[in-house]
Amino acid sequence: MAPKNSKVTRNPNLIPGIGKYSRSQMYHKKGLWAIKAKNGGQFPHHEKKAKPETTSEKPPKFYPADDVKKPLVNKRKPKPTKLRTSITPGTVLIILTGRFKGKRVVFLKQLPSGLLLITGPFKINGVPLRRVNQSYVIATSTKVDISGVDVNKLDDKYFGKKAEKKKKKGEGEFFEAEKEDKNVLPQEKKDDQKLVDASLIQSIEAVPDLKAYLAARFSLKSGMKPHELVF
Amino acid sequence: MVKGRQGERVRLYVRGTVLGYKRSKSNQYPNTSLIQIEGLNTKEDVAWYCGKRMAYIYKAKVKKNGTHYRCIWGKVIRPHGNSGVVRAKFKSNLPPKSMGAKVRVFMYPSNI
Repeated sequence: MAPKNSKVTRNPNLIPGIGKYSRSQMYHKKGLWAIKAKNGGQFPHHEKKAKPETTSEKPPKFYPADDVKKPLVNKRKPKPTKLRTSITPGTVLIILTGRFKGKRVVFLKQLPSGLLLITGPFKINGVPLRRVNQSYVIATSTKVDISGVDVNKLDDKYFGKKAEKKKKKGEGEFFEAEKEDKNVLPQEKKDDQKLVDASLIQSIEAVPDLKAYLAARFSLKSGMKPHELVF
Repeated sequence: MVKGRQGERVRLYVRGTVLGYKRSKSNQYPNTSLIQIEGLNTKEDVAWYCGKRMAYIYKAKVKKNGTHYRCIWGKVIRPHGNSGVVRAKFKSNLPPKSMGAKVRVFMYPSNI
């Protein structure tokens, strides 16, 4: 049989020490009846190979005081957050919190992590391609035509933090190395932004006043009651 | 805080006033505060605000985290009575000096 990449046990643990299946159920699962049938009613038996002489191993210096229990395997995969029905690709969203609070922004797609991918577009209101959580956003009923935008290569990994940290140990280099490499946005990200925004901006300019709408920020004014507003 | 924008103050919260603690005639229960949110007049209006987070912001003499302003976070739990008053629970109980002070009721976690 070809070696499996992941070891799947036939008898999963309910509690450490207690398997899910009984002895007789395991006999059936392992197919011992089939092996016996192939071998004429008896389990195949071969002579033990002579063990080559190994140098005697030293007994370990340290034995743990208590038995260390193996934790149960957790195979649960959380599903991505359910997208509100009011949020569809091309919806204009209002960001409620963070650096860009109050900004009206275009929704592109939901990423596999559940976060929403949005863009300003950058030229219009300074919001770059960004991820945002659904709970911190209000969906308006304004939609933008998003058919010309290709968002396939944008993924959660694209937005993840870069894990490059080389530890240099040299006093003279310390101060220089710290000053370099602080938040320099790589050129490819700027190009991706321009690519995505190009067709978006065209569809935005086709609608009267939409550009100014996206450029302006949302704010609550005196007498505005959010529970009565229709977004 | 980035000071890129000059003077663009957006208010994305509703103003609220702390009325006091949840109480009966002669006993009060400081773990829950009563908040009067601007513009809310009936129990039915409050349903939109249930679960929304709020912040009680106050100033102190000593700078913490680079600022004199401090904050206690909390959220709207349920309506209180028929006239739009709301019960709120905070991460730590509100101090008595907060009675009559302003509280910011945000619009998130949003459900619109």
